[in-house]
Amino acid sequence: MQRFSALALIRHAFTGHKTWRPQWRSPEPKPRYDAVIIGGGGHGLATAYYLATEFGIANVAVLEKGWIGGGNTGRNTTIIRSNYLFDESAALYDHAVKLWEGLSQALNYNVMFSQRGVMMLAHNVHDQQSLKRHVHANRLNGVDNEWLSAPAAKAFCPPLNIEASMRYPVIGAALQRRGGVARHDAVAWGYARAADALGVDIIENCAVTAIRRGVGGAVEAVETTRGAIETRKVGVVAAGNTSTVMAMADLRMPLESYPLQALVSEPVKPIFPCVVMSNTIHAYISQSDKGELVIGAGTDAYVSYTQRGALHVPMHTLEAICELFPIFRRLRMLRNWGGIVDVTPDRSPIIGKTSVAGLYVNCGWGTGGFKATPGSGHLFAWTLAKDEPHPINAPFRLDRFRDGYLIDEAAAAAVAH
Amino acid sequence: MLLIDCPFCGKRPELEFRYGGEAHIARPDDPSEFGDKAWGQFLYGRSNQRGMHAERWRHVHGCGRFFNALRDTTNDRFAATYKIGEERPALPEAQGAVEA
Ligand SMILES: Cc1cc2nc3c(=O)[nH]c(=O)nc-3n(C[C@H](O)[C@H](O)[C@H](O)COP(=O)(O)OP(=O)(O)OC[C@H]3O[C@@H](n4cnc5c(N)ncnc54)[C@H](O)[C@@H]3O)c2cc1C
Ligand SMILES: [Zn+2]
Repeated sequence: MQRFSALALIRHAFTGHKTWRPQWRSPEPKPRYDAVIIGGGGHGLATAYYLATEFGIANVAVLEKGWIGGGNTGRNTTIIRSNYLFDESAALYDHAVKLWEGLSQALNYNVMFSQRGVMMLAHNVHDQQSLKRHVHANRLNGVDNEWLSAPAAKAFCPPLNIEASMRYPVIGAALQRRGGVARHDAVAWGYARAADALGVDIIENCAVTAIRRGVGGAVEAVETTRGAIETRKVGVVAAGNTSTVMAMADLRMPLESYPLQALVSEPVKPIFPCVVMSNTIHAYISQSDKGELVIGAGTDAYVSYTQRGALHVPMHTLEAICELFPIFRRLRMLRNWGGIVDVTPDRSPIIGKTSVAGLYVNCGWGTGGFKATPGSGHLFAWTLAKDEPHPINAPFRLDRFRDGYLIDEAAAAAVAH
Repeated sequence: MLLIDCPFCGKRPELEFRYGGEAHIARPDDPSEFGDKAWGQFLYGRSNQRGMHAERWRHVHGCGRFFNALRDTTNDRFAATYKIGEERPALPEAQGAVEA
């Protein structure tokens, strides 16, 4: 791996920057691997990286049907936070935030993690009670989150409108200062480059079409558009396409895949210092380092794999943005796109073993899994390597939908994030 | 936005409808005979079909009635809508996969 540093930058300047090597190889698939990861999004690549660095399993392939990071990893609004209500969720997401804090150093790749604060607005008494309950629950779990009055919220984010004349006035906010954003593509590329350097094969344009099973139903191999690959361990990290992949092993998942949309404005000078979310009127917004306002809309109502959605969904969000930030009313929108998110009934992910020996699944991150990328990869790698879950992901098992142990963040937040 | 053909009112914009999830998931006749696994599947397991999906819609801002539809989830095109209680219409195989 060519390490990145200021010195390397200067050195390569002498050769006109023509001596940089590709950041990862583009190998042909080998006939056999110790583990195969299906899905080259951030979560799949992070899984491979931690398998190689922490668990000594480097004979690993990441199979990606398109290009790495072309799924939800490259389509999301990059909000990172860990102020979830339940103990299980707070532990899971805070594990990820702690890894984010050292990630650029660990990967020798600038993932542009910026802890600029995530502020969630309250517009009515119910919001206020619910957000304060989150603040207290988080405090007991050692996760930072604080309550701000409306003027304090405005001081933290000057473009915010707190006039009482609004249809849904802002009456306060919860702020997680350790929350923020990161550069989505850099996360995929950084993990890919570091995993590749440790010997992991990243194989793009390679769709898995079947999962072959042998005696006792255990996984033996996967069939792909680039031939069969033998392996005893398969980790499925296919986000919106998880149900389709799991059906190859005759498993029916508690998942539904919906389009989730986002959009960006034309770029402007720095004006927006943090991330603001409103669950009640459904909007979330931040500003990228390129200057675009990054705005998240909601999900379309129906199951779809089209990676697009209808215009009335982002329009609804833009109405909320214009009310919250009147200063943005005359900005033009530049691009709008959709990703397919895999949603569980309790809006919590599934990370663990399945009833099929050698088959593991990491899915159900739905509208909010980018923030969990490093933690998810780390815990899933542990689960694959040791054939048992880490204590943090143990509650997030697939069987919870049979046994009734839901982790109901849906009821706690009821919003895309 | 989808254009949805309500079997009672005809073609109307998606905004008039509410999505009702996967169709033809029948409640068990004898719940006491139903084990945990079967209950889990009934409540939460979904085909989440990539291709032709049978689903319920309700014309909330129209006739108010539920009906079923077949829609290809790879291109969002409706292949059929039909009344609750009617059989899922048979479609020629090829219809599912034509467009990307
Ligand atoms: C518009 C939008 C906004 C979002 N905003 C946020 C946010 O602000 N904060 C947040 O935390 N989360 C957010 N999310 C959610 C977040 O993007 C996802 O939870 C997360 O990126 C999932 O990562 P992943 O690696 O599991 O999935 P992906 O990046 O989707 O990777 C899965 C990969 O699997 C591949 N694949 C599928 N089937 C096969 C097959 N058969 N063979 C081979 N490869 C296959 C796909 O091509 C894909 O690249 C948002 C999502 C969207 C769509
Ligand atoms: Zn009608």
